[in-house]
Amino acid sequence: MSNNNADVILKVEELKMYFPIYRGVFQRQVGAVRAVDGVSFNVYRGETLGLVGESGCGKSTVARTILQLYKATDGNVYFENVELMKLRGEELRQMRRKMQMIFQDPYASLNPRMTVEQIVGEPLIVHSAATGKEVQERVEHLLELVGLNPAFATRYPHEFSGGQRQRIGVARALALQPSFIVCDEPISALDVSIQAQVVNLLEELQEQFNLTYLFIAHDLSMVRHISRHVAVMYLGVIVELTTRDELYLNPLHPYTQALLSAVPVPDPEVDVQHKRVILEGDVPSPANPPSGCRFRTRCPIAESICAESRPEFREVKPGHFVACHLVK
Amino acid sequence: MVTNNEKLLKVEKLVLHFRTTVGAVQAVDGVDFSLTSNRAVVILGESGCGKTSLAKAILRLLPRNVGEYSGKVYLNGTDVMAFNDEEFRQNVRWVGMSLVPQAAMNSLNPVIRVGDQVAEPAMIHLGVKKEEALNLAKQMFQHVGVPVDFLVRYPFELSGGMRQRVAIAMALVTSPSLIVLDEPTSALDLLTQANIFNVLKRIKKELGTSFILITHDIATSSELADEVAIMYAGQIVETGNAKQFFPAPLHPYAQMLMASVPRLRADQDPEFITGQPPSLINLPTSCRFAPRCPKRFEKCEQDPPVIEKEGRKVKCWLYA
Repeated sequence: MSNNNADVILKVEELKMYFPIYRGVFQRQVGAVRAVDGVSFNVYRGETLGLVGESGCGKSTVARTILQLYKATDGNVYFENVELMKLRGEELRQMRRKMQMIFQDPYASLNPRMTVEQIVGEPLIVHSAATGKEVQERVEHLLELVGLNPAFATRYPHEFSGGQRQRIGVARALALQPSFIVCDEPISALDVSIQAQVVNLLEELQEQFNLTYLFIAHDLSMVRHISRHVAVMYLGVIVELTTRDELYLNPLHPYTQALLSAVPVPDPEVDVQHKRVILEGDVPSPANPPSGCRFRTRCPIAESICAESRPEFREVKPGHFVACHLVK
Repeated sequence: MVTNNEKLLKVEKLVLHFRTTVGAVQAVDGVDFSLTSNRAVVILGESGCGKTSLAKAILRLLPRNVGEYSGKVYLNGTDVMAFNDEEFRQNVRWVGMSLVPQAAMNSLNPVIRVGDQVAEPAMIHLGVKKEEALNLAKQMFQHVGVPVDFLVRYPFELSGGMRQRVAIAMALVTSPSLIVLDEPTSALDLLTQANIFNVLKRIKKELGTSFILITHDIATSSELADEVAIMYAGQIVETGNAKQFFPAPLHPYAQMLMASVPRLRADQDPEFITGQPPSLINLPTSCRFAPRCPKRFEKCEQDPPVIEKEGRKVKCWLYA
């Protein structure tokens, strides 16, 4: 990216993650699901990168591969200038303290048989960051940070509402004082009336601790509120990456344009006026993606060149990257 | 007797309580609304405020632990609440109104071909032969935009959006005048959502079907809505014409709900409603929204009446 003087905390280069498909009695590998197929981007310290796309396009796989929860097929991930793929054992474990994750479903990501204190305190104990009485104090402090009453520490997850549960998930992610947090659709399971609560909390914490977020979502309007840069993914590749304002005002890739036009406006009058690009069909299978540009099968402006070669992910304007043959 | 001829559906004082060991869950507690032919009403509210129970009460799809179930539901002027279960099954469900259940895409039988599943209600409720029913299913597939060669496929061979369309086709096959859609798009992607709503709009235009759309997705619902009803803690707190409602909701709850929707093309930050909806077991005697309401005053200690204002109805003391 052009902005060289900014502090790059995470650098992802040509990341690939293929999941093998096995068939037959001998479990021979017959193919691969190309969940992530050559993704590169930078994340700057203290900012939020939004990652958007339809389900099944590989957003979560990118995040998990970065966190070394999967062993990447190819590519490099540098976190604070350390090459994560080369780390093993204790070194990797120490690195994990700095990279945490907030999960999508606050109903499924908290163990129902553990109290809040055990849930939030577990990372501290696992990483020997605190012992005995200290754990309890840290947990109370963390609960206060996320706006929960510390007296709730002895309660179980089922005693909380969805928004409160997601706060518990945030407190757990903060326990080891990480510098980078992956937020994997943290609000999509919540009612719209409380989504802003969680987003505001994440923003406050970011300011307070200079946190860096990778914010995964399919809700473009919420991403606009929290991100500085936004990357749009389609079928395992990033098709467009630029600053938030540039993306929303001047989307160049036809897929981004379609996504933006599909965002509903809660006003019937406005809705009638704005023109929608409706894409027909479904996302093709990542086990057998189309040749050339992966979006061409649904693209309203596709030409013959789109089937022949894969479009290069290039900078068409300063800070505006697009993978499309037809964007000048 | 008052005739309800011009109304397709009229719901009066509908009550559905569930018995539990800790007390009655007042999921639907005196709901009134009506709908004219070829219109769509959207029922909006947070989770746990009784929206799905309202759908079940209208279609009489009740679980075993029903406590109180009363009120009137007029369909084309006939009080269908007076029917016994068998009459209701024969004359109302599927034929008069049908349901697209929540997570409809997962409600298909995995071991039966989708064409046969769509044809089944037609065979049972319209008494037609299988061949004719399959023919009807084929027509419905065309209406909802599923390729007709999908008739012989199994649900797992279809994507989520296609399965949702199949579920809608199944609700349409008996040509009911009203379809109740319970969260039809909440598990689907943005682009698929837009496609499903286009299908619904087309059906409304081509077949003249009316819809009750139950959802918490305010922004998407505005596309189809003619009327809006806001539900909170088992009651309807505001009803009105969609064109009037969306730019200027009246009830404080509706206003806050609208303000919490993130806007793509506006710079104001979305807001949130503090607290959560009350438990439906021990409901306060005051206005049910009062504990979370920023505009509450002394009068809110009492249950507010429904007040008519410019053709809209709102249950709030602010307008008394």
